[in-house]
Amino acid sequence: MVRGKVVPFSDMPEGVSARIVRLDVEGTMRRRLLDLGFIPGAVIEVLRKSPLGDPTAFRVSHTTIALRREESSKIFGEVIGG
Amino acid sequence: MTVESYRIALAGNPNTGKSTLFNLLTGLRQHTGNWPGKTVLRAEGSFTYRSRNFQVIDLPGTYSLYSNSADEETARDYIIFEKPDVTVVVLDATALERNLNLALQVMEMTDRVIVCVNLIDEAKRKGIVVDDRKMAARLGVPVVKISARNQEGVDALLDTVFRMVTGEMKARPVQVRYSAATENKISRLVPRIQSLIGPDVPARWIALRMLDGDRSLLDSLKAHWMSRGKGDGEVEHDISRSV
Repeated sequence: MVRGKVVPFSDMPEGVSARIVRLDVEGTMRRRLLDLGFIPGAVIEVLRKSPLGDPTAFRVSHTTIALRREESSKIFGEVIGG
Repeated sequence: MTVESYRIALAGNPNTGKSTLFNLLTGLRQHTGNWPGKTVLRAEGSFTYRSRNFQVIDLPGTYSLYSNSADEETARDYIIFEKPDVTVVVLDATALERNLNLALQVMEMTDRVIVCVNLIDEAKRKGIVVDDRKMAARLGVPVVKISARNQEGVDALLDTVFRMVTGEMKARPVQVRYSAATENKISRLVPRIQSLIGPDVPARWIALRMLDGDRSLLDSLKAHWMSRGKGDGEVEHDISRSV
């Protein structure tokens, strides 16, 4: 992927690392994502996609967390590697 | 029980070894059940230390206390309404960044907090050094490093618990400062909350939850004070109006 490009995490292939730029979610889901470590500035790695492409496993501050496209499409990150 | 016993609540993220610590402290002196009205496991146990009785409540493992689930609601309500003599927040030494989120939340709710950094053996293996003194200075609460699995550091933890429950040691948890606009709203709400509900509640924390639009907390507050005979509706109405 092109470095520096801002894309939703749902569009990133396996192996890509990106820094979170913003979350386009409100309410409890936003709170939940923040609690899990999806915080602007945090570096997230796309670990694995399940065979059908959804959900996807992410590496977030030393823990693996799977998100559905429904959530990951609303989290935007700047690609920094992979 | 006629003998007075101190209550310790254990809070922490899932998989931080909270239950290992619980088992270590209470051994076979424990029983489990459900929290009233909830399908959430309640584990409780007891032990004796320096001839005092301690009751330990193993709160559900959560990442947060903002009531995204029954587990979080249970843990939150216990800390707010049951007011344990001390809440020990168990952190995973290998994932402090994630775990500190919960610690900061508990520190907003009560000043009787001890931060317990568990899995210190695993951290050592991974080359992670935890500076407990620096953490304690930055957080304003005692920080104790332990390995519940290897039974390391537990004496220091118990000693700290003992000193806090007996009032020998007081913590001054650092409070997160929010934006000027938010702080302004908080300072307007706090006196109203205090005059309505009294000094027994963490008014600043309740103000924050209200500004966040946390219905579940208002419901809990109402249920709690109705059961204590305080006029129904009154609390919610007055609080809602002042937001």
